[in-house]
Amino acid sequence: MSNSTARKGMGLDVLTLGVFLSILALVSLFLTAKTHDPLMKVHAVILLGAFVLGIAALFMRAASGLSFDQSKYEEGIIKAGIVATTFWGIVGFLVGVIIASQLAFPNLLYFENIGWLNFGRLRPVHTSAVIFAFGGNALMVTSFYVVQRTNHARLAGGVWPWFVFWGYQLFIVLAATGYVSGVTQSKEYAEPEWYIDLWLTIVWVSYLLVFLGTLWKRKIKHIYVANWFYLSFIVTVAMLHIINNISIPIGLTEHKSYSLFSGVQDAMTQWWYGHNAVGFFLTAGFLGIMYYFVPKRAERPVYSYRLSIVHFWSLIFIYIWAGPHHLHYTALPMWAQTLGMTFSIILWMPSWGGMINGLMTLSGAWDKLRTDPVMRMLVVSVAFYGMSTFEGPVMSIRAVNSLSHYTDWTIGHVHSGALGWVAYVSFGALYCMVPWVWKRARLYSNDLVEWHFWISTIGIVFYITSRWVSGIKQGLMWRA
Amino acid sequence: MSYEDVAAFAQTWGLVYFAILFGLIVLYALWPGNQKQFDEAARIPLEDGPLDDEEGK
Repeated sequence: MSNSTARKGMGLDVLTLGVFLSILALVSLFLTAKTHDPLMKVHAVILLGAFVLGIAALFMRAASGLSFDQSKYEEGIIKAGIVATTFWGIVGFLVGVIIASQLAFPNLLYFENIGWLNFGRLRPVHTSAVIFAFGGNALMVTSFYVVQRTNHARLAGGVWPWFVFWGYQLFIVLAATGYVSGVTQSKEYAEPEWYIDLWLTIVWVSYLLVFLGTLWKRKIKHIYVANWFYLSFIVTVAMLHIINNISIPIGLTEHKSYSLFSGVQDAMTQWWYGHNAVGFFLTAGFLGIMYYFVPKRAERPVYSYRLSIVHFWSLIFIYIWAGPHHLHYTALPMWAQTLGMTFSIILWMPSWGGMINGLMTLSGAWDKLRTDPVMRMLVVSVAFYGMSTFEGPVMSIRAVNSLSHYTDWTIGHVHSGALGWVAYVSFGALYCMVPWVWKRARLYSNDLVEWHFWISTIGIVFYITSRWVSGIKQGLMWRA
Repeated sequence: MSYEDVAAFAQTWGLVYFAILFGLIVLYALWPGNQKQFDEAARIPLEDGPLDDEEGK
């Protein structure tokens, strides 16, 4: 209605969050006192500190009498998200360079007496930092931006989006400190132990509710397709995370747990999770970015809205079956391997449909590629999406997999997807949003974006081609 | 219900259900009458001004 609908004092959102954080603070206080597990103790203290800080922040907010201006978009959290994405990006890429150096110079960078600095501990820090910390923050911040703008609605839940934001950062800190100190359940891309998983579940369900609440308040009747991709990402990741992490801790004050599944069932659940983390975290979510930022930056509507609908549903219907291709030549039944392989190949169609839809959005505006490095970054990301989703199904074919699996080729493939596609589309979105939310006419320097673009593009191309060469050579040597 | 029963159900009725559902979605996407709605939807990102502009309308 009017601009003065802002509430004074303590709203329901502050109250519920305050009660919730108080309960959690008590639980972590209990954990801190009771546990004899030194690793659990460190995490309990971190949790306790975080909850106390959260309660203090809430009190300060309530005491200041400030409340959210309902007539404006929530942009503070967008700014915070941009900073967090950039920060974790730098951390994740840096750890990547460190572990790559450890592989290249093992004599120099192997530390016999400092376990937490070695490759086995640092590798999950790299993978989780780039995928979940950098990529996750990029998804969260862009989803909060896009859902508000395309639905003409302020983010729902008052202070709860901030709980989601800080809760997710807390998850990252717990996960990373856990990896280096040995808190891991050894499931790829799902290494955090049971209590960290529980914490992420709470944060993620809150994220889902904030997103749904914002959709509920929308003033635009049709929900724009980017929001479908974001929603499918949030819902599916919740499902995957919960099922893959069903485990029984050896005690409520112990960090260690054991998976409920065993043997081949455990492996299948893990790679059902693992591949759909690729499908719904690294693909569906980032397609949400593509479907908003590419048309927005090109200043033209998406090439075919119909194609975007077919793209969305075919991706949803097909991706979920592709996981077994990670388990070729294992104890997994042959029919399941073949099923995974077949569905992976069918995925060519939605992937390329989506790529064509993204690229053709530029038809009539191709000159922007020459003048706007941010547009170029977005377009190259879509090209990498096409490239890596072509390569992936090829590698899922059993015969090809017998050559490529357990070699550097896989690492190269992951990087063409995660760096070429996911990181580039995130860089593009960040470069778009920074001047938009800070209300500046342009970025600080377009020349620096040009440098960023060319240095990283050349780097990725070298990376991928060298992995092809070394991977195929390794594969042939396995066979010899 | 044994594993075989669940598998048989999934491999027959589950398949039919998914195929019909997907067919209906494609029909919805391609239905000529929806063209106008989709054209408008495609413009949503391009027309997303500040929230308070929307208030006066």
